[in-house]
Amino acid sequence: MEMPIPDASVLARKARIVARLRDVLPEDAVIDDPRETRAYECDALTAYRCAPMVAVLPSTTAEVSAILRICDAEGVPVVPRGSGTSLAGGALPTADCVILGVARMNAVIETDYVNRLIRVQTGRTNLSVTGAVEADGFFYAPDPSSQLACAIAGNIAMNSGGAHCLKYGVTTNNLMGVTMVMMDGEIVEIGGGHLDAGGLDLLGLICGSEGQLGVVTEATLRILPKPEGARPVLMGFDDNEVAGACVSDIIKAGVLPVAIEFMDRPCIEATEAFAKAGYPMCEALLIVEVEGSDAEIDHQLSLIKEIALRHNPVELRESKSAEESAKIWLGRKSAFGAMGQINDYMCLDGTIPVSSLPMVLRRIGEMSAEYGLKVGNVFHAGDGNMHPLILFDANKPGDLELCEAFGAEILKLCVEVGGCLTGEHGVGIEKRDLMHVQYAPEDLEAQMAVKDVFDPAWLLNPAKVFPLNASERRRAAMLAAE
Amino acid sequence: MNLSSEKEVSAAIAGARGPLSVCGGGTRGLAGAGEVLSLAGLSGITLYEPGALTMVAQAGTPVAEIEQALAKENQRLAFEPMDHRGLLATKGEPTIGGIFAANVGGPRRLAVGAARDFLLGVRFVDGQGVVIKNGGRVMKNVTGYDLVKLMAGSCGTLGVLTEVSLKVLPRPETEATLVLSGLDDMRAVAALCRAMGSPFEVTGAAHDPGAGESYLRLEGFEDSVSYRMGRLKDLLGSADAHVLQSDASARKWAALRDVEAFHGVSGDVWRVSCKPSAGPELAARSGAEAHFFDWSGGLIWLRVPPGHDLRGQLGAFDGHASLIRADAATKARLGRFQPELPGVARLTAGLRARFDPKGIFNPGLMEAV
Repeated sequence: MEMPIPDASVLARKARIVARLRDVLPEDAVIDDPRETRAYECDALTAYRCAPMVAVLPSTTAEVSAILRICDAEGVPVVPRGSGTSLAGGALPTADCVILGVARMNAVIETDYVNRLIRVQTGRTNLSVTGAVEADGFFYAPDPSSQLACAIAGNIAMNSGGAHCLKYGVTTNNLMGVTMVMMDGEIVEIGGGHLDAGGLDLLGLICGSEGQLGVVTEATLRILPKPEGARPVLMGFDDNEVAGACVSDIIKAGVLPVAIEFMDRPCIEATEAFAKAGYPMCEALLIVEVEGSDAEIDHQLSLIKEIALRHNPVELRESKSAEESAKIWLGRKSAFGAMGQINDYMCLDGTIPVSSLPMVLRRIGEMSAEYGLKVGNVFHAGDGNMHPLILFDANKPGDLELCEAFGAEILKLCVEVGGCLTGEHGVGIEKRDLMHVQYAPEDLEAQMAVKDVFDPAWLLNPAKVFPLNASERRRAAMLAAE
Repeated sequence: MNLSSEKEVSAAIAGARGPLSVCGGGTRGLAGAGEVLSLAGLSGITLYEPGALTMVAQAGTPVAEIEQALAKENQRLAFEPMDHRGLLATKGEPTIGGIFAANVGGPRRLAVGAARDFLLGVRFVDGQGVVIKNGGRVMKNVTGYDLVKLMAGSCGTLGVLTEVSLKVLPRPETEATLVLSGLDDMRAVAALCRAMGSPFEVTGAAHDPGAGESYLRLEGFEDSVSYRMGRLKDLLGSADAHVLQSDASARKWAALRDVEAFHGVSGDVWRVSCKPSAGPELAARSGAEAHFFDWSGGLIWLRVPPGHDLRGQLGAFDGHASLIRADAATKARLGRFQPELPGVARLTAGLRARFDPKGIFNPGLMEAV
């Protein structure tokens, strides 16, 4: 992965920059010892590592503002970091950067059940947002798989989704307001406890901007009352195409499940060997979950079963209890771990129109044979968000590159059939150079124009999202201006 | 200018010498001054996959045509877009592009999201005639910056939408509305908020002091609606309250959505978005002649004497006030939209300068006065 050459003039000023940061932060909030900065050398895309020049751990919005003012004045790149769980390299440092970690900013500022909202500092983890309100019967809906660890800051940066977004939407649909610090240190308030700000939808623009427009330090999030209950049904099919048709028929019938998960044979085999969830050995497995009272759940599940039966399932297993639900979800939830037992893996998240599912799975199977690398597919089938897991051996020279090439082919296929490169993980560095597959130069230019407005010197999380050659002129101008 | 293709739109914008009044059906009173650039000629549904809950349509496609196509598959635009014609006494045919350009929603916005939450992808032409696409036609897409959201609600001031792709939802089997009577604003909004905090999936929560009634809508399968109606009545201690079934319920919400209470009655009309719990107090000090609440108290529709400066009257609060109906002089004096805070205003101005450097799209419409 090509990254820009570190700015020698910044590295030469390290001592001064560190001293200035120490002036505005407590002693333990500035980390500049190379033995310690290594802790920040990568996120969950561990194939790429680069220790930052400095890491800072502010506790307040005012401290974030002071840090950014200094970095702006010194021309130092800043890489914001939530919990470092990005699968796309969104928090990968550059050697000349300041990592700005928000982990210490994890307070709940306000909970308001009447207006159904919570305001938190963005270093708070996703699951602990729900944790703060669940005793009172509420929850925060977006549920990325990493929700135990991932921070709201990163969720906002990547517009994170999860298994239940078919019903509840992704982060952008649940974000009501932010406090954001601009690269020059200015603190901006957008949105709040009300809906739909009257001006331009800056909130929508910030969400998913991968930390390149500003550092969000506080967020107002929509919380929802917990449903009375939820139960899944599991069904197995002998054919991917039939499973796809079943998903489509369920949706067309007017049932809106909270989740429809799909696993293909390689994935079923791996999870069975690992978690022994008792899944049927078949080509395609669906887990469909619905919510409501017991009677409402029974009614919806009976409709779903009726539809499934028209597609001749090889297995149809309805959960009647919490234990049975847990058993059905067990395999799905251990799918990544199971694949990881077999080998190293790369996880992609391209999205496709649901109608192209059979064709795309067939092509992935063919490519798997061509590249000689195994793939398992887990899939948010309701919304077309794929998760092909490509197995490779990190210790075998050339295998990572082969895997990346294979991954790129899959993502190109996703775009070809009318989908996109990434449904919920973000572009980061991982898919940066594939952006031209989905977007024409003028499409990218329009996006980069937004960054020009928010971060004119291109100091925030540089060299991500946009192909290096597309952003080169802007980054060079930034260096020349120094 | 009546244009029939994206290419023609692009050429017209590139060659424009003065301001353009960008308009869909012209029913929402939002076109600015200048030569009219109508999108009505770009019409037609280009793709509809009911099993994937997605549709792609040209921007000038009449909303009626979209709704008809959806109804055939038992689906709908879940964000319940308002029809402004009755309130503004406008004629013409609302277009799907207009709905997204103005981010028009309705009562169900509270439960399912705004128009912007259902917009998956756009094609638009910027102020220099460049055609740009963003997003796509899949429900989950975080590839690059979300210009889709930026375009939604920008009222044609950043670019001219030529094509939209959207998410649609199944139409429920039935609906019913619980009607509570005789509550004052404070008690009514408290009851609405209580219902919204319940797990019974309320999809509409309004209070009309004029009628002395408060409304809570439930939708879904017949048995489920009747079960939840029982639970809701228990929760609110309103066992005797009456219930509007099916068509009667639908008519009530169409009337609330389109602000029928203010049709043909003189006076300016304002729309205030606030925290639900703050609604009653804001309404009380608004100086309005009439008002009602939607969104559980978080949306207040107010009818005020002509020229009344509602924003001045309300002062600072968590939310914003938009002037929806008034004469041109009042709109020019008070501005349609809430003035932005300095930091936001700077970003907004920067975005306008980038996307419409010649300043030709609906000039003056969204800027502060």
